[in-house]
Amino acid sequence: MDTNDNRPDPDALLMAIQKQTATQERGNLKIFLGMSAGVGKTYTMLGSAHQFKAEGGDVVVGYIETHKRPETDALLVGLEIIPPLQIDYRGAMLREVDIDAILARKPHVVLIDELAHTNAQGSRHTKRYQDVLDLIEAGVDVWTTVNVQHFESRADAVRQITGITIQETIPDSLLDFANEIELIDLSPQDLRKRLSEGKVYTSERIDAAMNNFFRVGNLTALREMALRLTAEHVDHKLQDYMQIKRIAGPWKSGERLMVAVGSSPFSERLIRWTRRVAYNLEAEWLAVYIETTNPPTPEDKKRLARNITLARSLGAEIVMGRDDNIPQAIIKIAQQRNVSQIVIGKPQHTPLQSILRGGSLVDKIIRMSGEIDILVVTGDEGASETSHRPILLNPEFRSKRHHYLWAVVAFIFIMALDFVIYNLFLLDYQALALIDLFGVLLVATYIGRGPAVLVATLSALWWNFFFTTPRFTLQIEQTQDLILFILYFAIAIFTGNLTARLRQQEKRAQYNEERTKALYRLAHETATAIDMNDVLQTAIDQISRVFDADIAILLTDEDGLRQPVNLTNTMPISEKEFGVAHWVYTHKKPAGRFTDTLSLASAQYMPLLTPTRVVGVIGIRTHRDERLSFDQESLLETFISQIALVIERELLDESAEQSAMLRESERLYTTLLNSISHELRTPIATIKGASSSLLNHATNDNIQNRTQLIHDIEDSADRLNRLVENLLDMSRLESGRLSLKWDWCDLTDIIGVALKQLSECQSRDIQLDLPIQLPLIYMDFGLMVQIFVNLLDNACRYTPPDKPIRITASQYQKQLHVSVIDKGTGIPPELLDRVFDKFYRLPNTVTGGTGLGLSISRGLAEAHKATLKAENMPEGGAKFTLILSLLQSPPPVQEAKYD
Amino acid sequence: MTSGAHLLVVDDELQIRRFLRISLEAHGYRVDEVETGAEAIRKVAQLRPDLVILDMELPDMDGLTVLKSLREWTSTPVIILSVRDSDQDKILALDAGADDYVTKPFSVDELMARIRVAQRHSIPQETSPIFTHGRLSVDLVARTVKVDGEIIKLTPTEYALLRYMIQYAGKVITHRQILREVWGIEYMNETHYLRVYFAQLRQKIEENPAMPQILLTESGVGYRLSQIT
Repeated sequence: MDTNDNRPDPDALLMAIQKQTATQERGNLKIFLGMSAGVGKTYTMLGSAHQFKAEGGDVVVGYIETHKRPETDALLVGLEIIPPLQIDYRGAMLREVDIDAILARKPHVVLIDELAHTNAQGSRHTKRYQDVLDLIEAGVDVWTTVNVQHFESRADAVRQITGITIQETIPDSLLDFANEIELIDLSPQDLRKRLSEGKVYTSERIDAAMNNFFRVGNLTALREMALRLTAEHVDHKLQDYMQIKRIAGPWKSGERLMVAVGSSPFSERLIRWTRRVAYNLEAEWLAVYIETTNPPTPEDKKRLARNITLARSLGAEIVMGRDDNIPQAIIKIAQQRNVSQIVIGKPQHTPLQSILRGGSLVDKIIRMSGEIDILVVTGDEGASETSHRPILLNPEFRSKRHHYLWAVVAFIFIMALDFVIYNLFLLDYQALALIDLFGVLLVATYIGRGPAVLVATLSALWWNFFFTTPRFTLQIEQTQDLILFILYFAIAIFTGNLTARLRQQEKRAQYNEERTKALYRLAHETATAIDMNDVLQTAIDQISRVFDADIAILLTDEDGLRQPVNLTNTMPISEKEFGVAHWVYTHKKPAGRFTDTLSLASAQYMPLLTPTRVVGVIGIRTHRDERLSFDQESLLETFISQIALVIERELLDESAEQSAMLRESERLYTTLLNSISHELRTPIATIKGASSSLLNHATNDNIQNRTQLIHDIEDSADRLNRLVENLLDMSRLESGRLSLKWDWCDLTDIIGVALKQLSECQSRDIQLDLPIQLPLIYMDFGLMVQIFVNLLDNACRYTPPDKPIRITASQYQKQLHVSVIDKGTGIPPELLDRVFDKFYRLPNTVTGGTGLGLSISRGLAEAHKATLKAENMPEGGAKFTLILSLLQSPPPVQEAKYD
Repeated sequence: MTSGAHLLVVDDELQIRRFLRISLEAHGYRVDEVETGAEAIRKVAQLRPDLVILDMELPDMDGLTVLKSLREWTSTPVIILSVRDSDQDKILALDAGADDYVTKPFSVDELMARIRVAQRHSIPQETSPIFTHGRLSVDLVARTVKVDGEIIKLTPTEYALLRYMIQYAGKVITHRQILREVWGIEYMNETHYLRVYFAQLRQKIEENPAMPQILLTESGVGYRLSQIT
């Protein structure tokens, strides 16, 4: 943080601009602010709505509370009203705003009265202002009314002024959110007049109201508060405006405040106070909470949660630390975060207690504060009513009752020991003191500080009583005994403290280690997971183990949130729960149990967020069904972000794989296109060329030329035909639409037919090495012919025409091996399997041929559950072997019968 | 007998009709053309050609339907023009009464050879008692078979099979037809019989059994005893 000069702070500028653009996409919020009930907020709002409508605007009534005031009632006429939801709550019919209906209607402006209202149980959100925020996010403008007393930062002051505790409060940040604040101002006298005229409440309540809330003093103070609030808002808007327009003005002071938060109600006041100061100083502020090894009571937990929520809702950044030395931790965080002022409460212990504890918290902090300012704020009288466990002060490892019992036992043991030694060994009683001290040390080491102190006291007194002169009295005569006595105490307490602290640190280190181990385990397991299901299973197992909870993870696809994958240990999700999860997915905020939104759900749902998007939602329900501690929550958050990252990694892997496959098929497509186009064009070019030559008189006259050209045309036609058939075969194989006509076939026959079909092979030396009695094979005749046509075509095309081609067949047990052997150049050993790839042609081969033949042969072979492989012959040349299984034999044939 | 014979060409492709007409007329045939199945049926009844060349892929109706319709009242020889991968269709057509087939793309020589065979078989001929084909000589009366002048021993079934093929020399016979004729109607699906017996026959009468010249396999359809040219 910089800037004490008047240059715009780039961060702040960006924030302001972002705020500006963000507000343009959102709906506008207009607050009709009043100092109390009855000033005419709803009335004014309705009036504005009518005017807006008259000017052609689209405005509907979302919820108006008329309090049965006739003037207000009259104004409802003529406006479109969206009927409220009826919610049955313990027999009473409650009416709440129907958000979904409003969203469906999508008006330009919707009127919603009483922003601070708390919704009935079963509503989507706990508070009405959250509903309003939803509407604004959806782009609908909202006009609403609220009294100044409902704002968080003012609630305290209002309570002090009027004596009334405000139950329904709303966060101050809503003020920042609002685009317009219209102050409905009325002088206290005028308001009282209205009240007496019965225009505010019905007659029974008028007197009471007059004398309590509606006293002039109250109303004046409230009026001032409302005016101030509005002025502050205007001031801020002006600041924002000046910032964006880069008008030099008083910039932020560069201050940063920090307040220490605990479970005491006193914290609440500190928080509100800090908020007000921060707001006025235009400073950021943090609320810091230090967790210690001292476990808080459920009461404390609840109050702490409330305080933290309050701080958060007032706009503080929450920082959590874990240390048993609270002042040290606070100062460390303050230094890390460049805090300029720390807010702390006045000490409540008496000076004596402070000394004993090594100085109060405030003193310690002041001592360590260095450059940081410390603001000390007064506590509340009301605060001391509640039990004040000194969590924020020196933490102790609280010994339990049974520890003390053990201490007593230890003491009795020491007593006995002393006795024995004294009488047996006739040692001086001073030495006994040392033995006792040793006993105390043991107790301190293995039991705790409290018990150690107890044993120290008891044994000291015992020693005094029993051994020091005069014996059997508590008096001490000799000075050295007295010194011994006092020192004994001091040493006992000091060592007790030391060992206790040591043990705390040990516990803390252990805890940290556990935590790191859990995190490491999660990271390690998920990093080595094989696929998405593995990742999810690992995550579920890890989290449910560490947090002792049921877990469900929901992922997304193009349509949105999916039902959770069915893995072991997954928590089942009902339709309703799925709805909550879906809300979390769309709003990217936590919801469910222990949150403000949809708190009736049975589990808590959190979005799995990565920097780029939401990859899913995780639902968690602890077995003990209680809220997680802050430490646990921060660990869970770390776990969740880890899991989100791993899930994203898996998704990226999948999409990378798909991209690779896409690229591969692109490559094949290009290869296909290239080879096909060449193969197609060549014979077509020949046909065109030869035929156009024949049309030319000059060439046509020579009969030899003519005949040659015509032969060329015929050959080209054959070649084209072969290509077309190959392509058709290929596509049939690919599409899986190959229907086989299984029948008994004679291999020799097949080869004969294949040879007949190949014009290229007519002139070649084909040697057939087939045994006479070959068993019949159960295949598709036509397709088998194709296999050999392709193999032979291959052999004829790629080997020198003068070299022979041999076809052999032999039977090995239940297999028939048929080979086509050529005497060409053979195939490079590393490419022996690649030759069967689609469109693959060996490098340095003559042109002509699509590279499909072998691929088709293999495809057809596999369709017959046979294998086709290539080898090199030792004497040179390649050998292609088709291996057919002879699992059946045909039924024996019979001679024909004659009549 | 070939000159002057009247052929009807049924094909919807102009260029195919054209080269057929040119070649066939150059060889002395009289050629008429139609483009559709319906027209074909009408023209056959009207013109009474000596032979019909029928394309199986017609625009208005299936070639098989045309064939069946013709066979209801005439035994005029029909040669069908088919495509490569339609073995099943070829068998159906042959079983429904087509005399022979050529597969597109075909050479005109091939077609004309088939036409000659089909014509020969459609006219009751004087059957010579001796059938010769290259090295093979069969005395149908004495029931002796000579190869290169030497008498060879055939089993009764082998002989029956050879005789059946000679009877339809030059023409394609489907597996089922052969099996039904030689073994009986219950054996119509026992294709492996044919494999075994033809292999045996080839071993006995062919110069190179692996590359037969006399007993030819029509892949996927049946067998044909090659024509004497």
